[in-house]
Amino acid sequence: MLTQEELTDIVRSFVPESVFPEGTQLLEVVVPAEKYFLLIEKLKSDQKLSFNYLISQTAVDFTSNMTVVCHLESTEFRYLMVVKVILTDRENPAIDSLTALYPTAEYFEREIFDLFGIRFNNHPNLKRLFLEDDYGYPLRKDFRDEVNMIER
Amino acid sequence: MMSEEIIKDVIVGEQEDYLINLGPQHPSTHGVLRLEVCLKGETVKYLNPHIGYIHRGIEKMCEALTYQQIIHLTDRMDYLSAHINNEAVSMIVEDALQVEVPERVKYIRTILDELNRIASHQLWWCAFGMDLGALTTFFYGLRDREHILDIFEESFGSRLLHSFVCPGGLMHDVHPNFQKRTKEFIKYFRTKLPEYDQLLTGNIIFQNRSKGIGYMSRETAIGYGVTGPSGRGSGFSCDVRKIAPYGAYDKVRFNEILETEGDVFARYKVRMAEMHESLSIIEQLIDNIPEGDFTAKMKPIIKLPAGEYFRRVETARGELAVYVVSDGNKTPYRMKFRTPNFSNLFVMNEIASGYKIADLIAISGSLDLVIPDIDR
Repeated sequence: MLTQEELTDIVRSFVPESVFPEGTQLLEVVVPAEKYFLLIEKLKSDQKLSFNYLISQTAVDFTSNMTVVCHLESTEFRYLMVVKVILTDRENPAIDSLTALYPTAEYFEREIFDLFGIRFNNHPNLKRLFLEDDYGYPLRKDFRDEVNMIER
Repeated sequence: MMSEEIIKDVIVGEQEDYLINLGPQHPSTHGVLRLEVCLKGETVKYLNPHIGYIHRGIEKMCEALTYQQIIHLTDRMDYLSAHINNEAVSMIVEDALQVEVPERVKYIRTILDELNRIASHQLWWCAFGMDLGALTTFFYGLRDREHILDIFEESFGSRLLHSFVCPGGLMHDVHPNFQKRTKEFIKYFRTKLPEYDQLLTGNIIFQNRSKGIGYMSRETAIGYGVTGPSGRGSGFSCDVRKIAPYGAYDKVRFNEILETEGDVFARYKVRMAEMHESLSIIEQLIDNIPEGDFTAKMKPIIKLPAGEYFRRVETARGELAVYVVSDGNKTPYRMKFRTPNFSNLFVMNEIASGYKIADLIAISGSLDLVIPDIDR
């Protein structure tokens, strides 16, 4: 079993620009959008880590930026890691798709596209999952629906 | 005697593919799910699930509700694992506030989880038999499930959506009869479980329709994130109760049921064995429930410290993960539910392609889908 320090060292050797926020519940790493796919590919293929299970992939709208959050687990060693990407462009957010690595990402990403409007490059079938095409992106903080939402 | 090629040419329509819609109101989809199935003859070429018919926007609604109110929404995701869903949100609040819940609460929660799991597996067993044309299973399963629902009704006043587990503990203490009736149920169900095997498991028609159908490899299960009994039927060890014990699971001895065949029958065997394991877990706890409070001291207004929290529990269908981003207010800033059925559904294209349309019903039944849990 690797300790948290050893894990951070390995991640740093993959992507030197990665940032590790302090005081988080799980081990967290923030990477630039262009290194995101590369890092997760290495986390998955590395023999000492083998993060082969994507527990969940989601996004958070922090109004100043959009953050994509991936929870990864290694089914062999039971490490947990959170990989985050901060997208500053709220008008046209785009990021690489993980579908080539994890088949389940195809549907997590369709859900994120549906609810946040984040586009995924190289996604095989980027269509909305729950809602109609002209609905807007409901989980964005500036979303307004006069009929169904009550402001408090 | 005609060769096989000639027979194929004679059958009309065998050459052309066609699309049919299974659902959104087909009884075997167990809810409002539409499967767009491409068929060549009777063989499934591919299928495409269409969801969203019961999308209520629970994640968006959570952003306007307090944590006590959110509990009542989580019931309505996977309504057959209502207790376990409640527990997930309750535990995330307790983690964030660093509240230590009394031992009594942990024991009762774990017993309720397992009762809930048995009730869920019973309903799955009824419906699965019915999917494959065995109507009698429905009467047998519901007859025994009634006993669990009566225990629930006596203690919480509701049978399906309990909202009984709340941040800090339980809404109120369980009924004085709870222990006695649960023990009676264990004794009763131990005598009834062999009937299940006699009725369905050994049935040769059932075995022929489920063995070797819907094969899912371990890699497929991990790649698609198929958890719970469906994943364990493929040898993917994913039981959160073992990986990260919560409640009183660290105080009991139980086995994680793993099968390696990966077909419909393997998933069936896992669920049948899990009912036995659940009974044994309840048996180990029910006599040792400590005395004490039914809730820890909680403030009336719960505000989580700013930060991010993540919690996983094992529902009857797999891994439920809750991810909360808090900005210090009484409502969450963002709440994400990683529900087991969402991931379990989308593996269907992979495992049902190449089998007959009648097998598709068996495969969808073996995944034990609850549609409101997919749509949220």
